[in-house]
Amino acid sequence: MEIITKLLTETFGLQLDHTGQLIAGGLTMALIMALVMATCAIVWTWAERKVAGFIQSRYGPMRVGKYHGVLQPVADMVKILGKEDIIPDDADKPLFILAPIIIFIASLLPWAAIPFAPGFIASDMDLGLFYIFAVSSGAIVGILMAGWASNNKWALYGAARGAAQMVSYEIPLALATIPVVMRTGSLNMNDIVIGQQGGLFHWNAFHDPFLFVAFIIYFVSSIAEVNRGPFDMPETESELVAGYHTEYTGMRFALFFLSEYANLFLVSCIATAVFLGGWNLPVGNAVILPGLVFLSKAVLLVLIQIWIRWTLPRLRVDQLMHVCWKVLIPLSLLCLLGSGILLMVSGEIAA
Amino acid sequence: MGDMVFYLFAATTVLSGFFVVFSKNIVHAGFSLLFTLFGVAGLFAMLGADFLAVTQTMVYIGGVLILVLFVVMMTRIPGQDIPKRSFDRKIPAGVFSVLIFALVFKVINGTEWNVLPVDAPEATISMIGQKLLTDFIFPFEYASIVLLLAMIGAAILIRERKIDDEEEVQS
Repeated sequence: MEIITKLLTETFGLQLDHTGQLIAGGLTMALIMALVMATCAIVWTWAERKVAGFIQSRYGPMRVGKYHGVLQPVADMVKILGKEDIIPDDADKPLFILAPIIIFIASLLPWAAIPFAPGFIASDMDLGLFYIFAVSSGAIVGILMAGWASNNKWALYGAARGAAQMVSYEIPLALATIPVVMRTGSLNMNDIVIGQQGGLFHWNAFHDPFLFVAFIIYFVSSIAEVNRGPFDMPETESELVAGYHTEYTGMRFALFFLSEYANLFLVSCIATAVFLGGWNLPVGNAVILPGLVFLSKAVLLVLIQIWIRWTLPRLRVDQLMHVCWKVLIPLSLLCLLGSGILLMVSGEIAA
Repeated sequence: MGDMVFYLFAATTVLSGFFVVFSKNIVHAGFSLLFTLFGVAGLFAMLGADFLAVTQTMVYIGGVLILVLFVVMMTRIPGQDIPKRSFDRKIPAGVFSVLIFALVFKVINGTEWNVLPVDAPEATISMIGQKLLTDFIFPFEYASIVLLLAMIGAAILIRERKIDDEEEVQS
């Protein structure tokens, strides 16, 4: 944010006091993040359909735009904006309108603490990682709200499933990052990335076996946390129509869709920053095109998530809870213990 | 500018708090808590207590509120509102409210507040961590034991019901 405020005050000659700087810089940064989020969501819809197509031995969208349907997401966007906005008669109207907004805000807030490049972070706060997990839990309230307000069996079941799943998988998700926090000695996202300088084996995921297992646990739980296949219980088309957003149309549905893809990219960005060295290159200490390095790692993770979604069959609800409570949580606790002992033995504790 | 942000958070907290208390629809009241808790987190953040603000969001919005919503949704029939209260309950409730308000008002007014502007410490979280594991180690461990007991209790409750089910199936 410092870069932005500097740009605003020096290049554009704006006279601002401290709070004014904070607000102007924050708003600019929020706008940039919202644009990043919207753009990646639009690109991901196309990428997902393409990858799904290739996995199923077909082409996916081919018609709109000259090359491999690259303009398909634009066409989809125009279409969805033009759709009729329907609010069911028996819906709880204020909550029905509020729910997509809350989900969208909850998926926008965590971006404030994602370090894309040195200095390019909306808010370089000490509590970065903790803040990300805390604010993204607001989405659960939004999902419950959407399910309730729709006044529809499928939507309510989907919402109840979604809330139960997200509350459960938040635990291994957060526990898996604690070994990293112990190694770095900080919750600040910038410090975590800087602590991984010096090549592949300094990245948290490849530093020691415990951290590697923690990375796998994080990755699995993050797929469940964003409600994607094979953990897409809240949306299961074959059981619940479309889950909590069954009744939504047009722009309101687009907000759900946007947040879903933004969350997909968000968890990949967190994994990149926390486990895969952020903007650091696999060899050497040099920082070359940090933003591009960061984004390409995150994009790779998203592609793996799409690959998993279109390859693996869906779990049952009880299997889903079994994986979380009886496999991932004990494993992540073991990782915590193991990396704690390792830190104590090697004396590598950061001050 | 800072004052404006404060009043924004304060207004959010108070107005949504009013809505929680006076809303006839209990589900609306539950969802309105979201804004109350968020406003309180904002006030904490403005006081320089960033750790408290984030913990407030994590524990209350991510945990307690969702539990409350689940309970409200599972136990009430959709569309059923709170029945009208009879007048004889309103009088004692009103008297108690006024008494509690007077007490809180007197305590707030009677306390000598340290109104000198003190700069918030930069890294609150490492200080909190050190304090928790040195000066406040007893409350910290005590809380963890209480939580562990609650967890074991919850597990036992689930287990017993499962055994009952099996017995019913056998008989």
